Amino acid sequence: GRACLSHTEPRTRDGRSGEEEEEEGWYQLYPGHIPTSPLQKALLAAGSAFMALYDPYRHDMVAVLGETTGCLALPNLRDKMKHHPEGYRILQERPRIRLSTLDMAKLQGLPDGSLGREYIRFLEDNKVSPDTRMPPKFVDDEELAYVIQRYREVHDLMHTLLGMPTTILGEVVVKWFEAVQTGLPMCVLGAAFGPIHLSARNLQLLATELAPWAIRSGRNASCILNVYYEQRWEQSVASLREEIGIFPPP
Amino acid sequence: MGRGTRARSPAPARPAWAVPVPAGRLPPPRGRPWPRLPPVLRRSCPYKMAAAAGLCPYRALLARRGGALRALCGSVRGLAAGPETHFGFQTVTEAERREKIYHVFENVAKKYDVMNDSMTLGIHRLWKDILLHKMNPSPGTLLLDVAGGTGDIAFRFINYVRSARERQLQQKLKHHQNLSWQEISESYQEDKFKSLGDSQVVVCDINKEMLKVGKEKAQHLGYSEGLSWVLGDAEELPFDDDKFDVYTIAFGIRNVTRIDLALQEAYRVLKPGGRFLCLEFSHVSNPLLSRLYDLYSFQVIPVLGEVIAGDWKSYQYLVESIRRFPPQEELKAMIEDAGFFKVDYQNLNSGIVAIHSGFKL
Repeated sequence: GRACLSHTEPRTRDGRSGEEEEEEGWYQLYPGHIPTSPLQKALLAAGSAFMALYDPYRHDMVAVLGETTGCLALPNLRDKMKHHPEGYRILQERPRIRLSTLDMAKLQGLPDGSLGREYIRFLEDNKVSPDTRMPPKFVDDEELAYVIQRYREVHDLMHTLLGMPTTILGEVVVKWFEAVQTGLPMCVLGAAFGPIHLSARNLQLLATELAPWAIRSGRNASCILNVYYEQRWEQSVASLREEIGIFPPP
Repeated sequence: MGRGTRARSPAPARPAWAVPVPAGRLPPPRGRPWPRLPPVLRRSCPYKMAAAAGLCPYRALLARRGGALRALCGSVRGLAAGPETHFGFQTVTEAERREKIYHVFENVAKKYDVMNDSMTLGIHRLWKDILLHKMNPSPGTLLLDVAGGTGDIAFRFINYVRSARERQLQQKLKHHQNLSWQEISESYQEDKFKSLGDSQVVVCDINKEMLKVGKEKAQHLGYSEGLSWVLGDAEELPFDDDKFDVYTIAFGIRNVTRIDLALQEAYRVLKPGGRFLCLEFSHVSNPLLSRLYDLYSFQVIPVLGEVIAGDWKSYQYLVESIRRFPPQEELKAMIEDAGFFKVDYQNLNSGIVAIHSGFKL
């Protein structure tokens, strides 16, 4: 049949029982995986980009945009992780940052200035939770799905390390940093188009101070996904910043 | 990019809602007998490919036994032993299917109307208008709209009857030009409270969320008279026999697990002389249009679902359930089986949608 019709077949795979043999290799690679054809990915990318701009509160659209456009950047990130000892360990052990895996009481008991304490403070101040991250759906490789999941979970830690709140300005600054660090098109688009929703004063602040700092830090820093954060809760934020190479925030 | 590659992990993770087919037990066939497309098109028919893939265990059986078994199974379909049925392209038990469908509509209820407009580019409004014109209700009609969730048919019915009533009143006035003042004031009092002329519509739906959205819409648009909302199951309606003049089910019968029961209930609650009307997605026989339609359905609609409603799976279910639904002639036969007479269907947009109509005599 026509090429486009051969892609309709995979849709039927959704939810097939494990006993049935896959015949053409299109099936669920991980829980929550939805196999998609290139046309669908293109439509999703366009649609989610538009929707994310139209309604900035649709975090799921930003996530989908990241998944559908990350086909070049994600393997790069995965390779960076593989070639680094700590990153390799993360890929092997696959830690997840979730409320169920975090020991909140212990982290709160840590001294001020330590990563754990500042992270909890960030979660409380901005009233966010690590459980609200969307699991990946449209990445067609199980390991890359984990990489993007890790990237999303580390995003909050980025806020902590960069000292940025979850206001639109803060998010845009973190996006600039991540764009330089990861090269994900979603970050680049977010960094470029996010400022649309900013006021003039914030825009000026962003352009003169925050964005240059974020770019410099991003260039200077080693790969943020190569840090095993779960083992560094006691480390102070300042020393971790120095270790990674992030300049102190203005 | 991992597109089309086999997973490196030994066993793919099965989604939580997949149902294993017990080994050695073949599910009764649920497909309808295929329309005999020419070989070239048959090979690439996604419905057939998909169903063949989905019902893999018994495809081998059928291939060996050939057409005779297929024909036999086709006739037995309506009386299939065992409670297994389909949910899109999956095989599930009846109870699971009901639950899943309930959840689908619970999830999509809030964005139902927006999604309808974007998926059909607003054409669904025309389809529903055509249904109302076919119904041509006169003031005083009692309508039961089953699976009427967000109230589209009900509101159109009220509008139609209201304008019919106005025309009626205007006609009456024309004939009343030479009345005395006494007679004129009497006639005003009669008609003052009857802007709908005693017409009523009962909207029945199995899903609370859809009814909730419908009620809010009614309030927002200002419909209050002649409208009632009832929570009920199409397979077991909470109404007495011989009550309604017209029974409609628009884009709902596809989601009913036992269509035959729903049709029997429709027959039961209609008055003698009552009309059954069913508006539903159906099968496109034109091969070129069918391929374009499949392309659009499977490639674009789930993406729209994800982008607009944040729900890919529900809209995947929707396009799969359309493919699973019996075609025009088969549905006509089922309606006749339930006891309706003068059963006929009208294809809209070359079969993308069909209106089936029958009378209880």
